[in-house]
Amino acid sequence: MLPLRSASLDSAAGYPYFRAMTDHEHHHDHHHDHSELSETDLRVRALESILIEKGYLDPAALDVLIETYESKVGPRNGARVVARAWTDPAFRDRLLKDATPAIGELGYAGRQGEHIVTVENTPELHNMVVCTLCSCYPWPVLGLPPVWYKSAPYRAKAVKDPRGVLRDFGFELPATTKIRVWDSTAEVRYFVLPMRPEGTEGWSEDELAELVTRDSMIGTGLPKRPDQVQRSEGTS
Amino acid sequence: MDGAHDMGGVAGFGPVRPEPNEPVFHAEWERRALAITLAMALPGGWNIDTSRFARENRPADDYLGMSYYQIWLAGLERLMQDRHLVEADELAAGKVLHPAKPVAKILTADEVPAVLRRGGPTERPASQPALFAVGDRVRAKDIHPPTHIRLPRYVRGHVGRIEAVRGVHVFPDSNAHGHGEDPQWLYTVSFNGTELWADAPDPLLEVTVDAFEPYLERA
Repeated sequence: MLPLRSASLDSAAGYPYFRAMTDHEHHHDHHHDHSELSETDLRVRALESILIEKGYLDPAALDVLIETYESKVGPRNGARVVARAWTDPAFRDRLLKDATPAIGELGYAGRQGEHIVTVENTPELHNMVVCTLCSCYPWPVLGLPPVWYKSAPYRAKAVKDPRGVLRDFGFELPATTKIRVWDSTAEVRYFVLPMRPEGTEGWSEDELAELVTRDSMIGTGLPKRPDQVQRSEGTS
Repeated sequence: MDGAHDMGGVAGFGPVRPEPNEPVFHAEWERRALAITLAMALPGGWNIDTSRFARENRPADDYLGMSYYQIWLAGLERLMQDRHLVEADELAAGKVLHPAKPVAKILTADEVPAVLRRGGPTERPASQPALFAVGDRVRAKDIHPPTHIRLPRYVRGHVGRIEAVRGVHVFPDSNAHGHGEDPQWLYTVSFNGTELWADAPDPLLEVTVDAFEPYLERA
């Protein structure tokens, strides 16, 4: 990974949808966004109480939904799938042939992952996943998508200049590597199987899972190198 | 519809800005917006295609000026008002002003895990053979309906190759508007970068879209 530059905040100022909505940025770029956010907050609270009072919503169901996607379903699931594929050739074959049942073997299934296809990175081919029309993303293995994945810059640029996108993420793909961008325009959800990093011979599945980043399963990053993690003693 | 949501290849949005250690939600209201939206689909009775169209079918200024979950809320409010589950004056006042409309079912907490696990598979049995096979050359039709469509503008009129046949799936263009599932064959179609982007060709780029049979013609 060759670090190129840090992201600047200039060109998209004034377009809330394009940006990560952090408090820090709000204070600096949009003075009135703080009160707008509070307005949204109040509006959502009012909406929630209206819908509960009308009997359309079970408040306890909302809590279960939030807990599911905030703490249970996330990219650690996908990392387990990748680590299994790196250590179990028969599983890897099943994952590439028919991903949905293979991923189901690890207990991950359901909403926004009903029809998953795994695409494998090789030294000759790099895969990247986008949804140019909205935000389609394989929830059971990666959780909810990050803001940048749903943002206009990524959705616009990924299909035309994916090498430039990778530069935005701080790395340069070799000029001779083919790149295939999968635009998720229907209900098929794509999941990238990254290449196993060199120098990990003999690592356990648990240790390998620690190397698998969310972005490496979208195709906008690579797994960590062995020297980027603390390998825990006694787990191999 | 040719809306602001159809962003593939559009210039001027600037670089992608990843946020280090990004939290799942950036505000409490985002948590509530996600959960309310997911939970209301059951009493509301709408499907994912209807929801997508309710989000994207709005002026470009609106779409580009709102954050992601603000768009979700705007779509949800529209769907609820269309069905008179909630009225505009209630949304404005922030309180109940009209009796509730009877709904067939609501999502209860104990059902959430099973409902999420079941998801909403879209594959359906085939009623006729697929028109195209892997390797066939096809052109994405240059069509611009004012209604819901999942064929991005940047491939329309361009020639690609059938990469995979994905089975028969619910057709969003019909399902979004309450006209039934009308299942259609779905294909992954690959396009060369040189075919799509004559002004900035990358000979080692290939872009695939998942396209329903009615979007394609033999080339």
